[in-house]
Amino acid sequence: MTQKIRLATCSLAGCFGCHMSFLDIDEALISVADIVEFDRSPITDIKHVTNCDIGLIEGGICNSDNIEVLKEFREQCKILVAVGACAITGGVPALRNHFELKECLEEVYLKGKGVVNPQIPSDEELPLLTEKVYPIHEVVKIDYSLPGCPPPADAFMELITAIKQNREPKLEYALRHFD
Amino acid sequence: MPQKISPRKIKIDQQDIPFSEGQSIMEAAEQAGVYIPHLCHKAGYKAHGSCRLCTVKASGRWVSACTEPAEVGLQVENNSSELQSQRRAIVQLLFAEGNHHCPFCEKSGNCQLQAVAYSLDMHDAHFAHQFPHRTLDASHPEVLLDRDRCIQCELCVRASKEHDKKNVFALSGRGPHTQLIVNSESGKLKDSEIEKDDEAIKVCPTGALMNRSKPFSVPIGQRQFDNIPIDQQSTGKSGNNEAQP
Amino acid sequence: MDTNSDSNLLKALEAESWSLISDNALNRFQRSPHHALQMLIYLQAALGYIPPALQRQIARDLQLPITHIQGLVAFYFFLSAEKLGTYRIYISNNITDKMLDAATLTECLCQQLNVSLGCPREDEKVYIEQTSCIGLSDQGPSCLINGLSIPSLNEERIRQIVSLIESDTELSLWPKSLFETSDSIQRKGWLLDNTTSPGESLRQALKIGDEKSLALLEKSALRGRGGAGFPTAKKWRFCKGTPAEKHVVVCNADEGEPGTFKDRVLLRQHCDLILEGMTICARLIGAELGFIYLRAEYLNLLPDLEKTLQKWRDNNLLGQAILGNEGFNFDIEIHLGAGAYICGEESALIESLEGKRGIPRNRPPFPVSEGYLSYPTVVNNVETFAMAARIFGKEGDSFSQLGTEQSKGTKLLSISGDTPKPGIYEFPWGVTIQEIILASGAKNTYFVQVGGPAGELLDQSQFKRTLCYEDVATGGSFMIFNAERNPLEIILNFTQFFAHESCGFCTPCRVGTQLNHQLFEKISTQGAAPSDIEKLEELNLLMDRFSHCGLGKTASHIVKQGLAQFHKKLKPGDDNWSPDFDLDKSLSTARKLRIIDTGAN
Repeated sequence: MTQKIRLATCSLAGCFGCHMSFLDIDEALISVADIVEFDRSPITDIKHVTNCDIGLIEGGICNSDNIEVLKEFREQCKILVAVGACAITGGVPALRNHFELKECLEEVYLKGKGVVNPQIPSDEELPLLTEKVYPIHEVVKIDYSLPGCPPPADAFMELITAIKQNREPKLEYALRHFD
Repeated sequence: MPQKISPRKIKIDQQDIPFSEGQSIMEAAEQAGVYIPHLCHKAGYKAHGSCRLCTVKASGRWVSACTEPAEVGLQVENNSSELQSQRRAIVQLLFAEGNHHCPFCEKSGNCQLQAVAYSLDMHDAHFAHQFPHRTLDASHPEVLLDRDRCIQCELCVRASKEHDKKNVFALSGRGPHTQLIVNSESGKLKDSEIEKDDEAIKVCPTGALMNRSKPFSVPIGQRQFDNIPIDQQSTGKSGNNEAQP
Repeated sequence: MDTNSDSNLLKALEAESWSLISDNALNRFQRSPHHALQMLIYLQAALGYIPPALQRQIARDLQLPITHIQGLVAFYFFLSAEKLGTYRIYISNNITDKMLDAATLTECLCQQLNVSLGCPREDEKVYIEQTSCIGLSDQGPSCLINGLSIPSLNEERIRQIVSLIESDTELSLWPKSLFETSDSIQRKGWLLDNTTSPGESLRQALKIGDEKSLALLEKSALRGRGGAGFPTAKKWRFCKGTPAEKHVVVCNADEGEPGTFKDRVLLRQHCDLILEGMTICARLIGAELGFIYLRAEYLNLLPDLEKTLQKWRDNNLLGQAILGNEGFNFDIEIHLGAGAYICGEESALIESLEGKRGIPRNRPPFPVSEGYLSYPTVVNNVETFAMAARIFGKEGDSFSQLGTEQSKGTKLLSISGDTPKPGIYEFPWGVTIQEIILASGAKNTYFVQVGGPAGELLDQSQFKRTLCYEDVATGGSFMIFNAERNPLEIILNFTQFFAHESCGFCTPCRVGTQLNHQLFEKISTQGAAPSDIEKLEELNLLMDRFSHCGLGKTASHIVKQGLAQFHKKLKPGDDNWSPDFDLDKSLSTARKLRIIDTGAN
């Protein structure tokens, strides 16, 4: 395969930690750059994903914008990968699932300590929050998951290498961690 | 001259496994060093059969290895790809059912639920997460009960009763509302007879019951299941939150 | 229950005299921890609920961990720790009730009483909830009020109930007609035609002796009527053959399979035969202890059952030296259930009899070797005992001339659903589904569900199949559905039933029944994506193979059969894949909050 793999990434309800881990492949980045070109990602400033081989999704679903972006990724990417604990299980943001959405918003914007001018933000530009925070596999079909918080850098390497070599990615025991 | 008695045997995945009268398939397997994935079973405790992870195909029947008596001639299928993938689904059901947040769970790395998930090559929960609302009992200064992580295996119930002679725990409710409750006037751990060194805490296969006195005492990378899969560790050994020597 | 003690208990409740109440309950039940559940059932009926403080008191008095009592209250559906209401109404939500418009009537009742389903009314007077089939599918829709059943609900009856409640009329003063149920026997046969008088079969068994009696039973080839079909004589022999200090006989009257009600009718019309079957069994296996485990929903049968038991004792058919036979001592105690389908499973039933949560045991050991309090125990269905007794009676030998090679005798069916003549039908085994449908007068039948939600769904192409252990085995539920019914709604009713009744012990059933219901609800309302079907198939295989007991194993059948037969009814999903939840709906709370906040609309 001489053509480069076109890859897009994004962080939904996540912390960009998985992206940082991806960068942690260190000098291997150079060889990755030889086989991969970036579409939408934090390093390109492309706003919409188009026609990619791989989409890497970090973070779960917490609002309507997340849903929209995720669906767009699904439509535009041949292979969609859930990256990290938040994408796979909802992760830290899913802790709000212990409470009703109404309770959360009221606590933060109306009743919380130190709140000035209490009101629930209602600007139409703001995405609507979902009832709960969801793992992405509950919203679109996911082809692979890279577990971990964050997944080890080598897991990203294995994924990309495997896809480049046209084989199934195989996560060795050391790359199969949930924390 | 003593009569020569040929040992009684079962076959697990074509391997001859000797057993003695009264042993279960699981006990015979453990004795022979053959690993059958399990969570609610622990050597020394009465067989429970609730997690169903140790389900095997024994002479055509699907049975839990921990409760099924070994019998001469039994042909047991254990490590087949079909069984392993169904066991993975069982673990996925457990992950989808509770609120298992490995990244910030103290038990991570020493957790048997996580370890069987790793061992069975599980990457996600596959099924829809239920996100149940469960309560936490942090009333005790030295022991934590986090019901989000409980898989209802009743090991603590059995250990507290049979080993600690205290009866601190029981399961209550029904179906998805089944939950672990505490034997005290207030229903809180602080008013119960629990102590941090109780067997009931040590046997917990997840982080539902934790000794709070030595948090995160083992660095990441050195925890029980960080490097060696549970299926390659001596069978019956439990992961616990005690510092490893 | 005498009202005097009830009002005293209520006074004690008001005064929070927990030890007084606990003492009262304990004294009623020999202060035995094995009667803990029976005490709680008694207190639930008398007080309307079992406050946590009272639970703690009972635990102390019985020297049980508090968690034991709390565990029971939280396990059994009809026990509650919170005050629900003076009048507690549980509406049967079996599919046959729904087909008779139970939903509208429920709404009507809620509206007129100004209460929402599952929430106690503010004045603590009334509580309305749904419950699994209460055994009145032949005269639905039906409900329980403080445990007593009211059949044939209609708008007029609803109005009557509302006015009785709003006028604070005590339940004992409600018109008797409201509670009258009919026995609706539509077709009699070998069993229901019984003319043997009480004691006759027992005398016969005593006359020919134990060994010949067992041989007679063996020759009859009677098999258990609960559904599994284990040879009755073999079971009794196993039990007899297990040496123990005591042996126990248990009659399983926990008739919980949705759509079945034949045991209700047997208990009313042929109670003597049942007691006789139990007593013969006791004689043959050497038991002195007997139980009838009566489902909570059949509380209205209790007074007559107690009377019949007393009559038996008075006639020396029960008690010491039965019929003058020194050493033949046997008596029967009735234990009530408290709303748990799983207790129909024999080992869960035994746990419940011992005063525990109804969790099925690991087997082996089987109850015949280690049952009630570890004593060898025979557990048989109501119908099995009745048939066993009948076999010793007049023309009992004609039993094995009926039926098929491996299924001798007759079977009682509870027929309900789309038929002009719902009720009890007795047929010899080997009858075809078609013949049964014909006899019931049903027209335009689309499919039948035989054996309840755990049984078999048979469409027209299978109406030639025969009812027998070799082909379609059944415990007796036979629900008929005509072509106007939506099979998906029916299956959804069944998946909901299992999700509600899973005991929660094992992973595949506890989680699987929930997911199965959620997924089936999704595909039957939103459309079915291939990925959902795949997931359902995966789940059902897992439940079938990996579950601890029959509930989980059989709970998977209905979806499997439904998908196989009605996949064309499913609206195809938009894509190969669809989200696990309704995306738009997941935004509705935020949308609402935003509107409230901005004051727009």
